[in-house]
Amino acid sequence: MKLAIRTTLGILAAGVALPIAAQAEIRLGASVSATGPAAFLGDPEAKTIEMMVEEINAAGGINGEEIALTLYDDGGDPNKARTFATRLVEDDEVVAIIGGSTTGTTMSILDVAEDEGIPFISLAGAISIVDPVRDYVFKTPHTDRMACEKIFADMIAQGITKVGMISGTDGFGASMQAQCSDVAGAQGVEIVADETYGPQDADMTPQLTRIRNTEGVQAVLNPGFGQGPAIVTRNFAQLGFDIPLYQSHGVASDAFIELAGADAAEGVRLPGTALLIGDLLAEDDPQYKVVTEYAAAYQAKYDQAPSTFAGYAHDAVALMVDAITRAGEADPDAIRDALEETQGFVGTTGTYSFSPKDHLGLDLTAFRMLQITDGGWKQLD
Amino acid sequence: MMTARGKWTQLAVLALVIALLPLFFPSGYYYRVGALIFVNALSVVGLVILIGYAGQISLGHAGFAGIGAYACALAPEHLGLHPGLAVILGAVVSGIMALLIGRPILRLKGYYLAVATLGFGILVSMVLTNERALTGGPDGMSVEDLGLRALLRDLGWRLSGGEFWYGVSGFVLLIGAWLALNLFDSPTGRAMRALHGSEVAASTVGVDVARQKLRAFVISAVYASVAGSLLALQNGYITPDVAGFMHSIEMVTMAVLGGVGSVLGATLGAAILTLLPQVLTVFAEYEQLVLGAVMIVVMIFLPQGLLPSIARRIRGRGE
Repeated sequence: MKLAIRTTLGILAAGVALPIAAQAEIRLGASVSATGPAAFLGDPEAKTIEMMVEEINAAGGINGEEIALTLYDDGGDPNKARTFATRLVEDDEVVAIIGGSTTGTTMSILDVAEDEGIPFISLAGAISIVDPVRDYVFKTPHTDRMACEKIFADMIAQGITKVGMISGTDGFGASMQAQCSDVAGAQGVEIVADETYGPQDADMTPQLTRIRNTEGVQAVLNPGFGQGPAIVTRNFAQLGFDIPLYQSHGVASDAFIELAGADAAEGVRLPGTALLIGDLLAEDDPQYKVVTEYAAAYQAKYDQAPSTFAGYAHDAVALMVDAITRAGEADPDAIRDALEETQGFVGTTGTYSFSPKDHLGLDLTAFRMLQITDGGWKQLD
Repeated sequence: MMTARGKWTQLAVLALVIALLPLFFPSGYYYRVGALIFVNALSVVGLVILIGYAGQISLGHAGFAGIGAYACALAPEHLGLHPGLAVILGAVVSGIMALLIGRPILRLKGYYLAVATLGFGILVSMVLTNERALTGGPDGMSVEDLGLRALLRDLGWRLSGGEFWYGVSGFVLLIGAWLALNLFDSPTGRAMRALHGSEVAASTVGVDVARQKLRAFVISAVYASVAGSLLALQNGYITPDVAGFMHSIEMVTMAVLGGVGSVLGATLGAAILTLLPQVLTVFAEYEQLVLGAVMIVVMIFLPQGLLPSIARRIRGRGE
């Protein structure tokens, strides 16, 4: 028993002594949700950040200085994220932060970054992160609103104006459902049915049946992430709908096709990034080089294809490295200014051009409309 | 077991620790951790009254923390209430909720009571997650600043956010601990402890068992609510996680680890379980493993919790 106490105290003492270790030149901080409910976002993000920092250091660092990465796992808990952000700034004395896998954790980190004047690139989707624009806060993923706009634009092009929506009540689904409802009217689309399901539900047939029985519905849209959309897709096929099914960028991965089954997923449309269809890109496509090189490196190191979310982290690191290189010094304010001056930077998600009024820097061209065909992807535009 | 002198000694120890600890802080980050420990300790002190004094279990107290937290987020926005007053509003709402649900569910015992309180916590968390128009859903919502720090700055006292919240949380914890220690030897506290020992015996000597249980439940709910409010105010952003099931479990674990009958012990438990994840970031993957191992070891070798067991051992040796 005495031993137990002594060990506990020993662990506590070791923890207090640890933070002194980092002595390298450019201190980069990260807090992502590598475990917990948002691990589907944070795990590939953490892997990407670690891989890229290793690569950069092996190639001689930035301006001859190595990056010292401090990466914390906030487990998707905003409270922890804020504590880690404080720790990164106050204790680890980083010059820049990447992270915030979810909107909740991002909003917690954002406050600290703004307060202390440390540039921060978020990996979360919500538009409220960059609207209103905050001096030190940038983000790499396109907003949910942009995904909605891309989907609705494609629907209009197909002559579809009446849409039945079915969304998950998880963070991703709920946020996108709200954005899509909000933006639909402006694009001439009418949401005629609006159903939801819990993230753990195993059958969405009742909701889909209700949508099918709605007068005049011309397509079904399913904002969601994880197993939910796969089940919706299977139920959709079982019910024999004869209208198109649209999924969101949340399921833009090969795993989704496997989960839903290639037969059920046939013909499903969704907006995705270039990263998903790296092997289909034309060699003169501006994103061809960055996408194929990153995907190959990730595949080689972790033996799996990088997800769209991994791509967000890739772009965040790449943008940060580019800004530090141009700033010429690892000073938070200089990095912030350089970040804001970024123009035409090609990432896996899209081409970024920041300005004092725009800290997202992407437009709708970042999305590519994809269709699942024969168990694979086909680009539509 | 605990005398009036013991009460003041305990308070003095707590006050000294809170006041002197910052002398050893190498950076501002430690203020943040300290503030978190105090907030957690506050809700755990509430559980000491419920579990330690009255012998009732609750696995849903994060629900009350959620009510307190969202009161601070919602009341200023929708009612135009000052965030400081919203803390009180949250506490009142939590108290009334506890009164309403406590009446039926405190008739239950053991597992049934645990499950009923668990259900309450999950309900609150579901409402916060699903009432998106009001609460912002799983993405959460921002909380208005208390404004007190700006006021102090105008008076020429510049404090960082961490320092300010360290002070406020520490102060509120002291008040909470003082009230809980006062309760211990009061007639109410004695009645609670009597029903903890044996409900039948307590009712034979004239203790209104149902009333005392309810009282302990309401008091502890108010503690959790105020702690939730403090957390919301210092984070400036709140998500339904605060009302989550895991948070309830965490609170009970802190209380049991430190010593569920002792206010200082509860504070120690809160300190250890708040610090561990910070200390273990290097082995983030093994965090749960270490936490579990610590709990098992404590439960087997120190069933009274850390502090009471150690205190007894020291006293035993002295005699």
